[in-house]
Amino acid sequence: MTHFSFAQVVKGALTGQKNWTPQWPDREPKAAYDVVIVGAGGHGLGAAYYLAKEHGITNVAVIDKGWLGGGNTGRNTTIIRSNYLYDESARLYDHALDLWENLSQDLNYNVMFSKRGVLMLAHNVHDVQSFQRHVHSNRLNGVDNQWLSAKEAKLFCPPLDINPNARYPVMGAALQRRAGTARHDAVAWGYARGAAARGVDIIQNCPVTAIRRGPDGRVTGVETAKGFIAAKKVAVSAAGHTSVVMETAGVRLPLESYPLQALVSEPIKPIFPCVVMSNSVHAYISQSDKGELVIGSGTDQYVSYSQRGGLPLIEHTLAAICEIFPIFRRMRMLRKWGGIVDVTPDRSAILGKTPVPGLYVNCGWGTGGFKATPGAAHVLAHTVAKDEPHPINAPFTLERFTTGRLIDEAAAAAVAH
Amino acid sequence: MLLIYCPYCEQDLPELEFAYAGEAHIARPADPAALSDEEWRDFLFIRSNPKGVHFERWRHLNGCARFFNAARETVGDKFLATYKAGEPRPDADALLASPTGDAK
Repeated sequence: MTHFSFAQVVKGALTGQKNWTPQWPDREPKAAYDVVIVGAGGHGLGAAYYLAKEHGITNVAVIDKGWLGGGNTGRNTTIIRSNYLYDESARLYDHALDLWENLSQDLNYNVMFSKRGVLMLAHNVHDVQSFQRHVHSNRLNGVDNQWLSAKEAKLFCPPLDINPNARYPVMGAALQRRAGTARHDAVAWGYARGAAARGVDIIQNCPVTAIRRGPDGRVTGVETAKGFIAAKKVAVSAAGHTSVVMETAGVRLPLESYPLQALVSEPIKPIFPCVVMSNSVHAYISQSDKGELVIGSGTDQYVSYSQRGGLPLIEHTLAAICEIFPIFRRMRMLRKWGGIVDVTPDRSAILGKTPVPGLYVNCGWGTGGFKATPGAAHVLAHTVAKDEPHPINAPFTLERFTTGRLIDEAAAAAVAH
Repeated sequence: MLLIYCPYCEQDLPELEFAYAGEAHIARPADPAALSDEEWRDFLFIRSNPKGVHFERWRHLNGCARFFNAARETVGDKFLATYKAGEPRPDADALLASPTGDAK
């Protein structure tokens, strides 16, 4: 693997760009591994990276049914923030944000993390009260978040319409300055490159069809399209398909899978300085470095694996965008797509051990898993390596649905994550 | 947009008239006080979430406002059948094998 540096750029310029090597090899599976990770998205690849880097476990395979980073890692709207209400969530997402800040240097790969700020609009009295409660809770937890008046929000994001007679009047906004966006593909690529350089095998186009258990109940490996692969430990990080994979090991999860859609506009010159989220009308918007407006929508109401989603949802989202940002009314949209998100009843993730010895799960991120990528990967690696959860993910157990100790961000945030 | 056949109105109507109401055929426990924590978890939170035929409740909210059940295939989102509340659950394999696949 070539270490990226200014010297390498100069060398490339002088040698006709012949000095670059492939960033990671596409492997065929070996017969056995210490750890098999199902799902080569940011979370799975990141867990492999931290297993190798921090725990010295390098006999690891990351297996994906499609191509690396081709699931929700490559389909989300790249929003990163940590202003969650509850202590458990704030610790988990702020841990991720801490890792985001130095991720490009850590991976020697530019993930284009941009702290441009995330503005969450309040359109009614309930929003104002709820967001101010979030701001206070965040400050107690040491998480950056502040309250802006409508005029201050307009100064921070000039395309915003703050006319009090608007269809969705802006009554104020919560701003997390430390939040922002990152290049989603680069996160998967950077982790893949870092993991492969430490000896991790990345196996693509190889669906895992079943998890196998021995007579003592312990995990013995996975059945795949390329045959049986033995493994001492298996970690499943397969987003919308997690419940399908886990059921083959006899573990039923409190998950439902829904399509979540996003779309991008034609590229335009820089006009949009930050990320704006409007939870009550389901509109999430930012501008990519290519110039496209990146717009996120809500989930369909029904369980589906279609990776497509229904048109009424994006119609609703675009109607809201046009009301809040009248300047975009004549923009044309280029393409839209969907990803399958796994949603838990309390809208918090499940990250930890399962009733099956040697089987670990990282799922239930719902509509907002991208922002947690480095943090989730880091604590998942810890959980797999030590066979016990990191203090940060200890509350995010599967048992909480039996004990009733939920982390109820659903009621706290109402919608978006 | 999905077109959904309401078994009460006996028409195919657009998705916007309907509200999804979760998985169907989940019976409330007959004796709630006797349930263990695990049984409560299964009743409240565990869902089948299949990649295949899903039995689910819909409500014709902006129409007759009545609840009915549907069998839908969750990869292509195709409705295999809709039937009135209280009617028995059709056999998933038979629905998939049906040559028309769109039995009302």
